[in-house]
This record gives sequence, C-alpha cells and structure tokens, in this order.
Amino acid sequence: MNSKTADRIATVVLVVIAAVIVSILVGLFAYILFNGLRYVSFDFLTSPSSNVRAGGGVRDQLFNSLYILVITMIISLPLGIGGGIFMAEYARPGKVTDIIRSCIEVLSSLPSIVIGMFGLLMFVNLTGWGYTILGGALALTVFNLPVLVRVSEDAIRTVPRELKEGSLALGITHWHTIKTVILPSAFPSILTGAILASGRVFGEAAALLFTAGLSTPRLNYLDWNPFSDRSPLNIFRPAETLAVHIWSVNTQGLIPDIEQVSNGASAVLILAVLIFNLLARWIGTLIHKKITATK
Amino acid sequence: MHEKHLPCFRKGVIFGMEEKTIPAKQRLLKSGKTGLGNEFRGKILVTLCAIIMIAVTISITIFLGVKGLQSFIKNGISLTEFLTSTDWNPTDKANPKFGVLPFIFGSFAVTFLSALVSAPLGIGAAIFMTEIAPSWGKKVIQPVIELLVGIPSVVYGFIGLTVLVPFIRDHIGGLGFSLLAGTVVLSIMILPTITSIATDAMSSLPKNLREGSYALGATRWQTIRKVLIPAALPTLLTAVILGMARAFGEALAVQMVIGNVKVIPSSLLDAAATLTTIITLNMGHTTYGSVENNTLWSMGLILLIMSFIFIILIRYVSSRRKM
Amino acid sequence: MNTLTTTILDVKNLEFFYGEKRAVNGISMQMEKNSITALIGPSGCGKSTFLRTVNRMNDLIPGARAEGEILYEGINLLSDDINVVALRKEIGMVFQKPNPFPKSIYDNITHALKYNRIRRKAELDQIVEESLTKAALWEEVKDRLHKSALSLSGGQQQRLCIARTIAMKPTVMLLDEPSSALDPISNAKVEELILDLKNDYTIIIVTHNMSQASRISDKTAFFFSGDLIEYDVTEKIFTAPSNQKTEEYISGRFG
Repeated sequence: MNSKTADRIATVVLVVIAAVIVSILVGLFAYILFNGLRYVSFDFLTSPSSNVRAGGGVRDQLFNSLYILVITMIISLPLGIGGGIFMAEYARPGKVTDIIRSCIEVLSSLPSIVIGMFGLLMFVNLTGWGYTILGGALALTVFNLPVLVRVSEDAIRTVPRELKEGSLALGITHWHTIKTVILPSAFPSILTGAILASGRVFGEAAALLFTAGLSTPRLNYLDWNPFSDRSPLNIFRPAETLAVHIWSVNTQGLIPDIEQVSNGASAVLILAVLIFNLLARWIGTLIHKKITATK
Repeated sequence: MHEKHLPCFRKGVIFGMEEKTIPAKQRLLKSGKTGLGNEFRGKILVTLCAIIMIAVTISITIFLGVKGLQSFIKNGISLTEFLTSTDWNPTDKANPKFGVLPFIFGSFAVTFLSALVSAPLGIGAAIFMTEIAPSWGKKVIQPVIELLVGIPSVVYGFIGLTVLVPFIRDHIGGLGFSLLAGTVVLSIMILPTITSIATDAMSSLPKNLREGSYALGATRWQTIRKVLIPAALPTLLTAVILGMARAFGEALAVQMVIGNVKVIPSSLLDAAATLTTIITLNMGHTTYGSVENNTLWSMGLILLIMSFIFIILIRYVSSRRKM
Repeated sequence: MNTLTTTILDVKNLEFFYGEKRAVNGISMQMEKNSITALIGPSGCGKSTFLRTVNRMNDLIPGARAEGEILYEGINLLSDDINVVALRKEIGMVFQKPNPFPKSIYDNITHALKYNRIRRKAELDQIVEESLTKAALWEEVKDRLHKSALSLSGGQQQRLCIARTIAMKPTVMLLDEPSSALDPISNAKVEELILDLKNDYTIIIVTHNMSQASRISDKTAFFFSGDLIEYDVTEKIFTAPSNQKTEEYISGRFG
C-alpha cells in the first residue's frame, strides 16, 4: 500500500472518529432530553419524592442540590482564591511550594468515592454529626478546592505585570495591590472557572452518598430558621441530592416508575449543566469584548 | 505652588516637599512604621489557605490509611489472603472469606479495556482537531468534549442501565450486565480527559516539525505517524494514564451496569465487580466497625494507593520527555 | 526654597546582581535637586536596572540584590530597614509602557489617594484637577473623568500615569523611557511636560533617544555594560565628551 493510499485511509479514519464522538454526544443529549423533558413538569419539580409509590417528584432533591452547591461554594471559593493568591503572588520557588503543588495534584486526582469515604470518616463519624448537608459540602470542598486554586492562580498570573508594578510604584502595599488591582482584573476569569466548577459539583454523587446521605427529612419550606429541625436551611440534616436520587431510585428499585423519575431527574441535571456551561461561556465572551473594546 | 494643609501627617505618611517637618528617618524607616499591619495579615490569610491544602492531603492519607489497615491489624486478616484469594464471603458466620482479587481484577480489567478503546479515539480526535481540520475542528469538537465532561456520572450509569444493558443482552449475549457494559460506559467517560490533554500535546508541537517533514515530501499521515506522534508521545501517554486513573476510580456509573458479582469474569459478557462498585454497594448496609465494614475501608485504601501510583507514573513519564 | 544645587541623591559604589550575574558595577554619582538627569546607553547597559534600584522596584525580582549606598536625605535607601512602601511615595516612577489601571480616569488618580486615607470628595476632586493640570491633561479629559482610562490614546495614557504619580506629591520622579512607546507628537508633548515638571521635582530619565536627552536634561550619564562611563553637563557630553566610548555612542557608531 503506497503512502498516498495510507494517507487517504488515515484521513477517513480520523474524520470518522471525530464524527463518532460528535454523534455520541448528540445521541446522549437527545436521548436524555427527549426522554426526560416530558416528565419535567412544574409538578415534578415541586412534589416531594416517593420511596415506594409512583408519581413522586424531585422537589426536595432539587432544593438539596442547589443548597449544597451554595454552601460548598461559600466554603471553597474563599479558600480556593486564597490559595491561588498565595501560589501566584507569594510562593517562592522552593520545597514548600513544590509540596503544595504536589498536594494539589494528589487532591485533584482522588476518586470522588474516596473523598466520600474520607468525608464519612471525618464529617459523619468522627464528628458525630451523622449525615449532614455540612458534611457533604465539606467533602465537596475537598473535591472542588484544587480546581479553584488552579483557576485562581492562572487568572492572577494572567494579569499583566505592568498593572501590578504601576500600583506598587505609587507606594501601595503588595496586599492592597492584590485586593484592589490584581483581583478585580482576574475576577472575570475566576468567575468563569467557578461557574464551570459549579456544574461539576451540581452533578456529583459519589462523594455525597455517605456524607449527605440518601434521605431527606420532611421539610417545611415556610420555616426559614436555619436552626430548626424542619427547616430546609438547616445544614445539619441529611440531604439527598438529585444525582444521588437517580442512583438510589435505580439501585433500590422499589418505585414502579423508576424510568420516568430517573429520566426526568437526568433531564433536569443535564439542563443545569448546560446552563452552567453556557453561562460560563457567555460571561467569558462578555469579558473578552469588554477588554478588547476599550483599548 | 499651592499646598493646602491636607490631613496627611497620620501614620508618618507625608506628601510634598513643603510639609517635610517629619524627619526622613521617621518617614522612611520600618521602625517609623506605616500601614504594614494589613500586609502582614493578608499574607497570613493566604498562607493559611495554602497550608490547608497540605493539611487536607495529609489527613486524608493518615485517616484513610489507619482506617484501611484496621482489617489487618485489628481483625487479623492476612494481607496475602486479602489480595490474592478469590473467595469473597465476609458474611459467612462459620468461615468468612476476604479475598478481594475478583474486584482488583475487575478494576484493572475495565481500566485497561476502556483505555484500549478510548486512547485511539481520543488521540484520533486530537489529531483531527490539530492536523486535519485545524481551522474549524476545534470549534466543533471542543464544545462537544466540554459537554461530555459535564454529564454527571450517574446519568451515564442510568443510560447505560436503560439502553446499553438491554442492548447487550438482546443483541450480543449474556445478562447484559457485564464487563463489556462497564467498559463502554467508562470509555465514553474518560474520552474527554484523553482528548483534551492529547489536543494540548499536539498543538504545542513546534511548527517547524511539520514543515520540516512536509518539505521532505512526506504525506500528512506519514508526518503524523513518524514525526508528530513520537514527538508528542510523553504527553500522549500522560493523557492515557490520566484517563486510566479516572476509570479506575469511577464508582457509580460502573456499578449500575457491571452486575456486581464476586467472581472473576471469564468473558467480556460476564458480570463482574470492581473495588469501587463493591464499596458503593456495601458501605451503606454494613455496620461501622464490623469486619466486613473494615474490609471495605481496606479496599478504599487500595484505591488511594493506586491514585498515588498513577501520579508517580505520570511524573515518571513526563520526566522522561526532558531527556 | 534655598540653594539651587543641593544634592538630593548620592549614589555610592552601587553594584547590582541578578543572582550571580553582575549588572551594575560600582556606580557613583550625585543628582541635584530640581534637575533633570538623563541616563543613556545601549540596550542592556544597566541604566534601567539602576533606575529601578532607586525606588526598590528590583525587590520584586527573586535572587536580585544590590550593594553599596544610595543616600537620600542622609538615609541609605538600600538598607533593609527601609519601608519601601513609604519610599515609593516620595520617589515615583513612570514606566515605558503606559499602564493605567482599568478604571476611570478619576479613579486612576484617586486609587493611591484613597489608600492613603484621603476620602473626602472635595479634597479628591481638587487633587485630581491639580495633578491632571500639571500633567497637561486636564483640558482634554475634564469632561470625561469617569470614562475608562483605557479609552485614552497612548500619549494621553502616559500623561495620566504621570498625573497619578504627581498626585502623590513625590520629591523625585523616575522616568523609564516614558515616551519610547509613543508616537512623535505625543512624545513632544511629554517632553514639554517633563521640562515643566523640573520646577517642582527632581527627575531622572532613562532614554534611548539621544536627541531627547540633549533637549531636556541638565546632566547626562552614559552607561555601558554596567559601568558609568561618563557623567557630566549635557552640553559637554554631546559636544565634547571626554571619553572615547561616549563619543562613539553619541555619533552612532554602536548601540
């Protein structure tokens, strides 16, 4: 076989590969949305779930997913940005910095089930809290932190040196320069990264199985007191999220309409991920326009 | 010149030559001091954040390590039996057996098989984006990859359960719940990882590599095969290893389609189990502190150790490229 | 304001190292108050390094260190005991590439003022107007103070950078090739501005442009490979230099 034929065959193969990948995605999305969207009604989103009967909705699970996301971000964003600031502005080349980088590398490659087990050990058993939203959020923070640190560090490093030097040359301290010049400049990129990270957190299940648990107590949505037992805002209660619900419904197999519920819940999850993705992209383009337009 | 009396003598800061009533020593020396307290506080704050990273990593290693060793230390299970026996029957009151080899086998099997499938696909996609259609390839495939990453693993598992498993059962054979199902699901899941790193690898190759090869009259495929891929090999290998690490640690998606039986599968169509799936299934209904529970933690420790091994492997591969 | 020739900066045997590499070799010179000193020389001769040592900007570079003394009002600026933040208020710097903050024109100037606890609007307004006037920019921007600084032209941005340094009321201003990134017309405007500023500030300017140096400076220092080859009254340097190398550089035979 001469080289020209080989070249042509190779090209065809590569195009086919690309096409296959695209069609896998399209197929997956089409399947989920087509099958699932018809079950996603207002009723579905606002009815409580059922463990044994048909017709359950995902109200509590949806709320739990959102709430855990918020709590996770509240904890992990400051830590992540702080870590990013350290790595970009204060870390000096040397052993300590290398150790921190290795730790970030280790944390980001841990399987989420292992993180879940750690969460079970620390935030469920050792602390004696049992299954809680806080426990789940802390486990998800471990999951989220390396990403946020990397995103923040990259964003801060991209800020042009001249900006930093200009501020320092005016007699302003390093820290104040970071707060008032560097961070605001890096903020859009950090935001984009955080939104993408949110998408991953929203769909995470393995880390929550043994930390936030598989059940939700009966909630009174009118009770806004975070210390009350029936309040949805109480972070010391167990909370099954949307993703976990899909798993448990399929593994426990008790309700008769497993497929409907799972399909509907999957559709909701996918839509949420899509929205997060699009939001991040949109903000990214917005910033890009803003920066290039004013020059 | 027009100097008003501005309230700027606070904290030893002065403006202007006219107001130089504060001697230079006080203005400029640290002992004279200005608002450096803030600077110190800020630095401490972010250093703390960085240290938390180290603290978390260390505590994960220690806690999971100690807990994972309980089955050997406290319950007296033999390490060799644990790792090499294929008998898994922890609930047998008379003669409990704790061999996890089937699960280790399952984990490695799905990992290697899915890497086998995804590596050519992922690298092929990367080559497509950088060599075949450099102008529009990325714009089409990149978002596709990003969206594939975004799909939660439970959804993959669910689709595998409702579409793939029946398909295998009806058209290929066996129960449907099989090594094959697990492999297919994992292959799709690790595809984005492999593709994005492979794309980085291919696009960071210097241009003159290609130009030199074309100048010698090579076809595009010859260039790719003989020049580009060898040049990018370390990073491509890293991509595949990272994909494998991801596959090894995946739990829920695999658990929903693989069947979860405790014997070593003899064919692709047989059901199997992996370390992650057994943990997922059994952690919930074993009592904390019991022997069976402790063995699950030991399996978790194996997962942790494998993570470290993958990282070491990647570092080794990356360092070889520097030669 | 008394005598015309008071030494404001006294550099004694300054040496500068990037790690092991010595970039500045034992420079000694004195700068007088309210004078404009130009530093000229080919690329890499150490003039920018020297300039950035005066306001300790080189502290940012890991592995860099300076030896010797730079005396300012009797204090050695290179000592470890110096509060560099306070130092940089008195010795300001304008960079080669205009680097306004991505904020409004107004906020660019008040950024440092607010850091120094000046908060009252009346005061801020006044200082903004003063600084922009001194920088010959007020008339052009007074109606759009709250527009982004990035909407200004290159020359205007540079004058804005000069204005915000002026707002700190420094004693000395260090200019690192301030107009090399600008078009000729903006260049001329900036030069005119610098000549004006001499009345209130002592200026040290690094420049690649020899005609610029001969136009605006009182004294000129010629650097080469980290050495100070010649330092004298500008007219003398450009018409009758004592050193052979100086003469060769001036006549364009190298650099």
